[in-house]
Amino acid sequence: MKKATILSDTIVEIISDSGEGAQRCGQSLGAIAARMGNGIWTVEIIPAEIRPPARSVAGASGNRIRMGSGPITNGGDQTDLVVAFNEQVLLGRVRAGELKPGCIILLESLWREHKDINIKNSYIDTVEKLKSAGYKVHEIAMERECVALAGSGARGKNMFALGMLCSIYSLELQLGREQIALAFGKKDRKVVDANVKLLDAGHAWAEANLEFKYRIPAKRPSEPQVVINGNTALALGVLASGMEICSMYPITPATSASHYLSDVFEKVGGVVHQAEDEIAACTFAIGASYAGKCAVTITSGPGYSLKQEAIGLAVMAEIPLVVVNVMRGGPSTGQPTKVEQGDLFAAMFGSHGDAPKVVMAASTIEDCFYSMITARKIAETFNMVVVVLTDASLATSQQPFPRPKFDPAWIAAPTDQSPVGEGAKPYDWEVATGLARRFIPGQPGGMHALTGLAHDRASHVAYDAQINEEAIHFRSLKLAALQKTLKTPPIHGDPKGELLIVGWGSTKGAIEEAVDQARAKGAKVSSMHLRFLQPLPPGIGEAMKRFKRVITVEGNWSDRPQDELIDESNRRYSALAMLLRARYLVDVDCWSEVRGQPIQPASIRKLIEERLSVKRQPVTT
Amino acid sequence: MNDFTPACLLRLHDERYELEDYQGGVPRWCTGCGDNAILTAVQRLCRDENLRPEKTVFVSGIGCSSRFPHYMKTYGFHGIHGRALPVAEGIRMARPDLNVFVNTGDGDCCSIGAAHWIHAVRYNMNLTVLLHDNQIYGLTKKQASPTSPRGTKSNTTPRGSYLEALHPLTVTLGIQNVSFVAQAVDWIPEVLYEIVKAAYHHKGLSFVRILQRCPEWLPDAFEPWIKDPQRTQLLVHPDGVQPSEAVGRTYKNQLKHDPSDLNRAREIAGGLDPIPVGILYRNPSVPCYEDLRRSTKLRTPEYIRAGLEAELDKFTVWPQAAEA
Repeated sequence: MKKATILSDTIVEIISDSGEGAQRCGQSLGAIAARMGNGIWTVEIIPAEIRPPARSVAGASGNRIRMGSGPITNGGDQTDLVVAFNEQVLLGRVRAGELKPGCIILLESLWREHKDINIKNSYIDTVEKLKSAGYKVHEIAMERECVALAGSGARGKNMFALGMLCSIYSLELQLGREQIALAFGKKDRKVVDANVKLLDAGHAWAEANLEFKYRIPAKRPSEPQVVINGNTALALGVLASGMEICSMYPITPATSASHYLSDVFEKVGGVVHQAEDEIAACTFAIGASYAGKCAVTITSGPGYSLKQEAIGLAVMAEIPLVVVNVMRGGPSTGQPTKVEQGDLFAAMFGSHGDAPKVVMAASTIEDCFYSMITARKIAETFNMVVVVLTDASLATSQQPFPRPKFDPAWIAAPTDQSPVGEGAKPYDWEVATGLARRFIPGQPGGMHALTGLAHDRASHVAYDAQINEEAIHFRSLKLAALQKTLKTPPIHGDPKGELLIVGWGSTKGAIEEAVDQARAKGAKVSSMHLRFLQPLPPGIGEAMKRFKRVITVEGNWSDRPQDELIDESNRRYSALAMLLRARYLVDVDCWSEVRGQPIQPASIRKLIEERLSVKRQPVTT
Repeated sequence: MNDFTPACLLRLHDERYELEDYQGGVPRWCTGCGDNAILTAVQRLCRDENLRPEKTVFVSGIGCSSRFPHYMKTYGFHGIHGRALPVAEGIRMARPDLNVFVNTGDGDCCSIGAAHWIHAVRYNMNLTVLLHDNQIYGLTKKQASPTSPRGTKSNTTPRGSYLEALHPLTVTLGIQNVSFVAQAVDWIPEVLYEIVKAAYHHKGLSFVRILQRCPEWLPDAFEPWIKDPQRTQLLVHPDGVQPSEAVGRTYKNQLKHDPSDLNRAREIAGGLDPIPVGILYRNPSVPCYEDLRRSTKLRTPEYIRAGLEAELDKFTVWPQAAEA
């Protein structure tokens, strides 16, 4: 019996050509580890095309699984072990800098005997280079083993690999078998049996042939956990919020939320409407909201741009609406499958004229679920548009979180159909808060023509600029009214110190992990993560003043101060940094990258080290 | 899907509504504008059908005709340019109990909102769609619209428009799931009323193109037709419109047309002179999208909870912890 080396945290990748099943292998590994009680974070590795050419560097498809003893909040840094079905997809990952120096590579070796001399040579050449670069390459004839043991070749290789990984990480094989039964449950019993056979074979092979073995001790949480990705969490949040109608148009990476919702929404009497375009998706939701309960439309960057005029209408007419933007790389079509946080200003300031709306950003998978409930509630309480930002990373990453305990208060109240009092006006703005009771069709006495034109309290068209100004005033006040109800975001770490990192959205886990690591080495660094971007909650200005320096870490563009032309008079800061500078008159710096990948804790750690070792340069203007 | 049950509401006394119960603000359309005729026909319909004002919604886009909801004393939704149809679809999906009308112009429907028009016909939701077609952009001051006849002089086509007009009837009749198409003209109010009434009673998307005069920008567009009743062809049928004796005396050019005949409807639709007036096509058996999609279950918190818990069960790991 091999002795297992104890690990507290490790990262595994399984990559293949598209369609070879690496995704399923990776997801299953994550689920098995989660069932063992390990913390996990899985990240999909997705090529841009549905069927990229076989054996291509850009075609890697698969999954990255980070497993740990405690809770895992992000995808981590570089990969410790990778299973690759060919050397080309592996090269893609090496070149992207995703693999840790010296990492273990389990590589399908069938290419060594390939009859195409070019493929054969490419393989041999690559293996030599990887070995000389220090990678621990193990060539394994996975396909041949599968054929010999189970009578099937390429098709079952992913389950063979899963079996190997169960052995390597000392995961209970029985959990693997159960996971296969779950994953293939809809199919024939024979399919399940064949895959279990391959799993067992992979496990046995690794036990007999590999000299290394690890164990990641698991601490089982005290309450049941759900393992889902952010888009599934979003969809379940829509369901739990009591919303009835979701209208959408297909767009990556938002669509998988609608796929899942399409499958389940009808079971609770909801409807997912696939509209003819993004504008129709938004206006359909507005119509549904206007006539009853708040509706939701789910999209990504380009679709979000298309919805702007309609969003302005909802703002103007004070119709509750939830808009989800699962951000991707931009501008224009950009990088549909890659992560970016480039839409903050579009979310805040999109649509012409003064169009105040609430902007929230989910920062964890769990947050994707609860954000939908919160957003629906705010939208209906304040008769506002609530934009919820998530991103491609949250959309496709899986992380366990405590199973939500249903609360009837999540559900929207029944549509108000009570008569409206004599003389009541549809926009009877309360002076202090700007709030007004909304009149819904069906309410006797509430009849009025809602309009996107400037209007007065009676919804009569305002030709008078003064009346328009009054209405703008009250619509703006609602944000302040909401702001008064928000709590100051907690500080992660000490409430004062040398450096405060401020972030928003999916970077939360990576930032906090980097802060914890730096603090463990004595660095006086803390972080603050914002869930509400508009309005900004109270207390942020005071919190920032307790630190000598403040910097944001964001996945969007900011000009690099080292560029020759860039100086304080022209530097474009990252969105949140610009926002904090303008709001609090604090000299907030920023660090950002738009590499299309989640920001790694190591990058933030490096940033902290740099910032804490350098004396601050006086700001010259 | 709903958690209110309008069917259960007792009508303790039978209210009767009068015309003034539907009359909102004083119309600001030009004198002689065809929109006035449409408003009159619709208000009459509301009274005759005794539509409850709080249960009736007029949805419009942008343009002269889209001011329509402001002149009704019902619920109204005066939205953004071209998007009246998807807004109305959302309302319909949320609320089967409401009467939903759409007022849209030739620019609103056939230009900026053309994609929605095509798909709205295909969805066939229960909506009464009135296309106010005056063949010109009015509110933005005389630009050629997609339905302007070739040669129309406007501010954007000072030497005459270049393209043949798009024909709303033939387009609509070419779309899968079309269920009701009619054409009316503002200068025969009685027939306009009958057509709007038939449209209201049709379950599905009823599309009524109404040719209307714009005295400000195209005062002579329909003059030759108005002056010569022979150039208007009434489509008559027991299942379609049956003109009164008075109308029949003036409009002698009549064609017997069975509205269930789609191919014949398509032939008639292409006619520009004489102008066909009447119900071109009606098929009450086309399913409505909302009926295909809506659930009849009452959405109680318990019902939603059960659905949510069933889904969470699928994703829950180590359910043994739940038992502890």
